[in-house]
Amino acid sequence: MMNEMICHSEPGGAPEGQSAARNPRLLTTTTARPRLSAGDSSPRYTPPGFRRLGMTACVVALIALGAFAQDIVIRDATILTVSHGKIEHGSILVHGGKIAAVGPNAQVTAPANATVIDAAGKFVTPGIIDTHSHTAVEGSVNEISLPNTGMVRIRDVLTNEDIDVYRQLAGGTTTALVLHGSANPIGGQSQIVKWKWGHPISEWPISDAPRTIKFALGENPKSSNFRPPPGIPAQYPQTRMGVEEVIRQSFTDAKDYIARWDDYDAKKKRGENPIPPRHDILMETMVDILKGKIDVHSHCYRADEIMMLLNVADEQGFKIRELQHVLEGYKVAKEIAAHGVGGGTFIDWWGFKAEAYDAIPYNVALMTNAGVLTSVNSDSAELARHLNQDAAKAMKYGGLSEEEALKLCTLNGAKQLRLDHRLGTIDVGKDADIVIWTGHPFSTYSRVETTLVDGEILFDRTRDLAARKQLAQEKKDRLKKEADDEAKNKKKPGAKEEDKPEVAIEN
Amino acid sequence: MKTKAFLFAILVASSAFAQSVIINSPGKKLTVAIRNATIVPVSSATIPNGTIVFSNGLITAVGASVSIPSNATVIDGTGLFVYPGLIDAGSHVGLEEISAVPGTVDTAELGDINPNARAEVAVNPHSNVIPVTRVNGITSVVTEPEGGIISGSSAMINLAGWTPQEMTLKAPLAMHIHFPRLRTNAFDEQPQDEEAAKEAAKNYTKQIDKLRDTFKDAQAYSKASAAHVKRVDRDLILEALVPVVEGREPVVMHANLERDIRAALKFADEFKLKVILADAEDVARVIPELKSRNIPVILGPILSMPPREDDPYDLIFTNAKALNDAGIPFAIQSGDAHNARNLPYNAAACAAFGLPKDIALRSVTLAPAQIFGVADKVGSLDTGKLANIIVTDGDPLEIVTHMKHLYIAGEEITLDTNQTLLYEKFKARP
Repeated sequence: MMNEMICHSEPGGAPEGQSAARNPRLLTTTTARPRLSAGDSSPRYTPPGFRRLGMTACVVALIALGAFAQDIVIRDATILTVSHGKIEHGSILVHGGKIAAVGPNAQVTAPANATVIDAAGKFVTPGIIDTHSHTAVEGSVNEISLPNTGMVRIRDVLTNEDIDVYRQLAGGTTTALVLHGSANPIGGQSQIVKWKWGHPISEWPISDAPRTIKFALGENPKSSNFRPPPGIPAQYPQTRMGVEEVIRQSFTDAKDYIARWDDYDAKKKRGENPIPPRHDILMETMVDILKGKIDVHSHCYRADEIMMLLNVADEQGFKIRELQHVLEGYKVAKEIAAHGVGGGTFIDWWGFKAEAYDAIPYNVALMTNAGVLTSVNSDSAELARHLNQDAAKAMKYGGLSEEEALKLCTLNGAKQLRLDHRLGTIDVGKDADIVIWTGHPFSTYSRVETTLVDGEILFDRTRDLAARKQLAQEKKDRLKKEADDEAKNKKKPGAKEEDKPEVAIEN
Repeated sequence: MKTKAFLFAILVASSAFAQSVIINSPGKKLTVAIRNATIVPVSSATIPNGTIVFSNGLITAVGASVSIPSNATVIDGTGLFVYPGLIDAGSHVGLEEISAVPGTVDTAELGDINPNARAEVAVNPHSNVIPVTRVNGITSVVTEPEGGIISGSSAMINLAGWTPQEMTLKAPLAMHIHFPRLRTNAFDEQPQDEEAAKEAAKNYTKQIDKLRDTFKDAQAYSKASAAHVKRVDRDLILEALVPVVEGREPVVMHANLERDIRAALKFADEFKLKVILADAEDVARVIPELKSRNIPVILGPILSMPPREDDPYDLIFTNAKALNDAGIPFAIQSGDAHNARNLPYNAAACAAFGLPKDIALRSVTLAPAQIFGVADKVGSLDTGKLANIIVTDGDPLEIVTHMKHLYIAGEEITLDTNQTLLYEKFKARP
């Protein structure tokens, strides 16, 4: 875990999903991921008329397996609603990707053709929300070249082929803020997505989610644990002083930019014929932050740098939405609360660098009790598979109630992403992002059985187990075909014997 | 009775201020009896309403009806559970303070061949990592080096003591070999780069040759020593390997993927090594080979990603069950320093995927003690063993469980850590 952390936090370090051993050959020759019945067929709601018209065998199979966003009713579960307590022997009706009804079994009626999930003895929660992810990013998460790279966007490099997404669905995570890295005081624009595994990437961003940008303070933007390769000069800033200066300068420039355009508009209005100022995408990003159109999520560790950011934000007139990591948030919790800023953190990682030495697992409880809107998040494709356990640790360390703890990985994240009108609780009208657990999600012995996103089953353990044999056979067949094709090509006249390493390499 | 209770209160209060304990100092050992508790000895059936007594650092009685010595401090364990302290089968606790600050990290020596590096000499008894680890119930850890190919020997240490010597239960415990791996970074970006592949294969062969040459030299050194050849040229590197090639000291073979594990086993066969396989994410693919050689396994960290893109999502979670079903002994490691404290939740993750709960508990108590040959001292609640004991309000493998009392070698250990002190300090901030 510790190594992942370093890999993540170092500027230039690839996100875990990218640094993990991969075999591109497998990617090109096999569908190297578990597939649900939906496969790649972009399963969305299908009008009944279509079903009546063209029922190919394939479509029948897909419908039979519940691939389309048809009605689903989850029966007889212990429902942890997050918003209105626990419902024993409860049911949830899912219709059109939304929660249509929730309550005790007897109060929830479902259409006759609804798929029934028997969840007797199981627990149900809203989908887990991870407000700090680098999963599903193609290549590096860091545009490392400048102190302010607010012009670049993570949404341009999202991929729907990262297997870690499926693995996170298998841990109950359904929504993520996919962030730019922490190599610069002002990093790139980030993207809020749902883990719509099996869907085209264009469907992953949540349409009405706010735009977001990553800021970063401390050791990473000042390159403390990272040196450029020989011949490349060290990048400004190298101190926390420089980090503050970059932020102040950027917003000062943005205000000048606004003034130039205001001046231009005024001259035009007066009937003059001014030369328009040069368009600057970076400055337009900064202007949108000042106007509150882009939410700032800032990586930070130490209390002093947190205060620095709050002060420079006050001075320049912009807001911080969420302090990310915020490991020493507990030291200045009342100042954070007074600014109405949220905090998202991993609960017990510490000591991986100097600025994480005073990190304590009680941070979440102390911030929560001081009135800071707090969430637990991952910064790790692996940790994102068990954020429920991080939430449980807030009960152990600092004594939050079960209800408060559960909010840490659901509703509070939704609020920080300003999506609590859609996400974070089991309530009628909200998105049907639902997780079914074998036991209480705070028990270490529980695991996820089924995960729904927008009312569609995107992970199901029974289906996963059933598909394994077929996938193994498919891989075998494709590798054999590749070997056969290669052998055939070699027999062709003029074909050369290829050099092969003495030992086969697999990674 | 009143006097006794008062005395106990003083003892508890004073121990709460102690940063650590003296394990070997005479005259400071308590006699303690915990009664009316649910006692889980691990080595035998759970005792629903039992008593455990320890004195002078050792467990003197465990059972349903045990007579309590008159000089004992008595603790009412009603509603509480008593377990043996947990054991982490692989960690860097005590060797690493701040990972990114090299001056505080003593895990990896320079070069490939360092059998003479010994973990116990670099353990910092006053590391802040130690209290943080033990208050989650972990009373002993294997702490180990990790650099190069032959990384050095590990130590089994108790997580309390004024000096490394007081902490050490056994050292050298095992020789750690990180078996060479055939990998090329270029492969990720340039799958067609045959040159990179050839280069990797060449380096791999070189490393294996180096390892083999070292072991052949160690065999020769061992024979020469046995023949009492008078030496003027002692070689401490080879001397450290003598007990290994003579089969007296086990080798922990760190190998992950199937091919690496098979290569490591082949190497071990060649030199007739006593092997413990570690890491071993592909362990389910080599079960017959492990079974026929009677090789135990150290799994973990369990909360980690499968190595390959097309692996089942639960590959790492299910390995323990596969070993247990095959009757192969195994223990679980954190592989960590700062969050070795999460060891119990790694064990629980195996139970979430089919491993019986009692075996999960055993994999972090008795199993590691047996695998590393210290089961006479730790790992279960049995008469004669060290009183490494945790008293909890529930299952220690569950996150929501709280530690109530912690004893290492019979001394009550404070539940304070630098983290709880920071908590108290800032909770009280006006």
